[in-house]
Amino acid sequence: MSHQHQEKVSYWALVKNGIIKENTIFRLVISLCPAIAVTNSVKNGFLLGAAVVFVQAMVNSTVALLRNFIHPRIRIPIFMLIISGWVTVVDMLMAAYARSTYKEIGLYIQIIVAFASILARAEVFASKNKVGASFFDGLGSGLGFLVALVTISFFRELLGKGTLIGYTIVPVKPMLIMILPAGGFLVTGLLMGFFNWIDMRFYGGKGAGGAGGH
Amino acid sequence: MAVAKKDQALIVTVSPHIRNDETVSRIMWTVSLSLLPAFVSGVYFFGPRALYVTALCIIGSFFSEWLVEKMTGKEITIRDGSAFLTGLLLGMNLPSSAPFYIPLVSSFVAVAITKQLFGGLGYNIFNPALIGRAFALITWPRAMTTWLEPTAAFVGLDAKTTATPLAILKEGGMQKVIEIFGDKMNLYTDLLIGHRAGSLGETSVIALLIGGAFLIYKRYITWHIPLSFLATVALMAWIFGGREGFFTGDPILHLLSGGLMLGAIFMATDYVTCPSTRIGQIIFGIGCGLLTILIRLKAGYPEGVMFAILLMNCFSPLIDRNMKSKVFGLAKEAQK
Repeated sequence: MSHQHQEKVSYWALVKNGIIKENTIFRLVISLCPAIAVTNSVKNGFLLGAAVVFVQAMVNSTVALLRNFIHPRIRIPIFMLIISGWVTVVDMLMAAYARSTYKEIGLYIQIIVAFASILARAEVFASKNKVGASFFDGLGSGLGFLVALVTISFFRELLGKGTLIGYTIVPVKPMLIMILPAGGFLVTGLLMGFFNWIDMRFYGGKGAGGAGGH
Repeated sequence: MAVAKKDQALIVTVSPHIRNDETVSRIMWTVSLSLLPAFVSGVYFFGPRALYVTALCIIGSFFSEWLVEKMTGKEITIRDGSAFLTGLLLGMNLPSSAPFYIPLVSSFVAVAITKQLFGGLGYNIFNPALIGRAFALITWPRAMTTWLEPTAAFVGLDAKTTATPLAILKEGGMQKVIEIFGDKMNLYTDLLIGHRAGSLGETSVIALLIGGAFLIYKRYITWHIPLSFLATVALMAWIFGGREGFFTGDPILHLLSGGLMLGAIFMATDYVTCPSTRIGQIIFGIGCGLLTILIRLKAGYPEGVMFAILLMNCFSPLIDRNMKSKVFGLAKEAQK
């Protein structure tokens, strides 16, 4: 999709596009690995999502700022350098100020370097657009990721532990499978199906991946 | 329209040319019927609680089938018996002590997620009842491995809990099993008639064999999968099962215990999820047997039939693709 000639798109529309129309998890279906790995509690899901919002917005701005100086042939390595630079910033900040959380999800913070979604936004949008628009596109895309992660982890923590953000909500025997990887796939798949259904039923869309027929 | 005898040889129709009155729903109900002896013995050994658990499974299956078909606007097929059969099989795979939510949730997983979301009857990759049980086992490991002692009479719900023979074998070895059951003959007879702890429909080997013989007689299943499955388990148990070295294991104990008979006769032979050629079915059975023994002897779980069948279900399409039957009527090169 080319955003190059759409000069008159409002920033709010860009943010909305990232959250709903091109949601990383439920619409583009990329970066599923972290979405399943860290979402066994709302806190972890939120923190990784927040880190991604920051990294995505900053990477998009930086790439847009430098877009006229980056030779097209070596753009991917340059993008990777920029991404890893910002990820290192988040990594060090978290290691310094949120020690306990860092021990839990630190590995996934470092792996943000390899997220498909970040590189995708830099390549598809930021390398062709102005700094302001790129910043808000990154913000929207990151927020979409954050919303998806919080939604998935909401159901997984509620069903798998009976708690939300650490507080006990349902004092019955929880479904252990939901906090295991298998439960992550189940919840993500069912939610994706649900959002596809909403899209098809109320907005006349075709669902992620062009589902149709039956 | 009457056709003269001499013209009959000229009528051209498309296949199938030979039809009989077998239908999907007739097969489903017949298989359910063949499970009846094992189910009755389960109720006999574990009391009304077994009936209750299985009834919940069947109700859950019917409801899930109806719900998904209603939501997706498909034809309602709860009367064809496949949901009933899945519910019955799932119920027979659960311990009789299972609390009410286990049958309900796992039958929903079995029918709604494993079968209907993959496209309905005939499109599922995995055996629905087994996925339902696997889900329950992983989700509520404690409740799913609490076995009641068989009581051979209709007593209350305060029956004692105990371990299955395979769990005892894993913990304490052959000596311990024989110690608990008296002597070796006693052990084998108890296992044959089903007087042991276990899932409510898997214990009575004789009843399961009667059902299996009926199915083979009706030609609803063939001997290929059950026999290759059982033979592989027996052979491998004999070679690797013993603690004193090779060839000291007890194949009979391994054959008669766990969910092996139920799995080999009723689960592995599910039309949808097993290969369709004869050779493919034998490969499938051997694979199931090897994985079962591997899990029983080396893995954390005492019983591996369920996971073995599910893993081999993944391989069914692959086996089918490599074991195509020969296409007749083509040139030699085209056959390849």
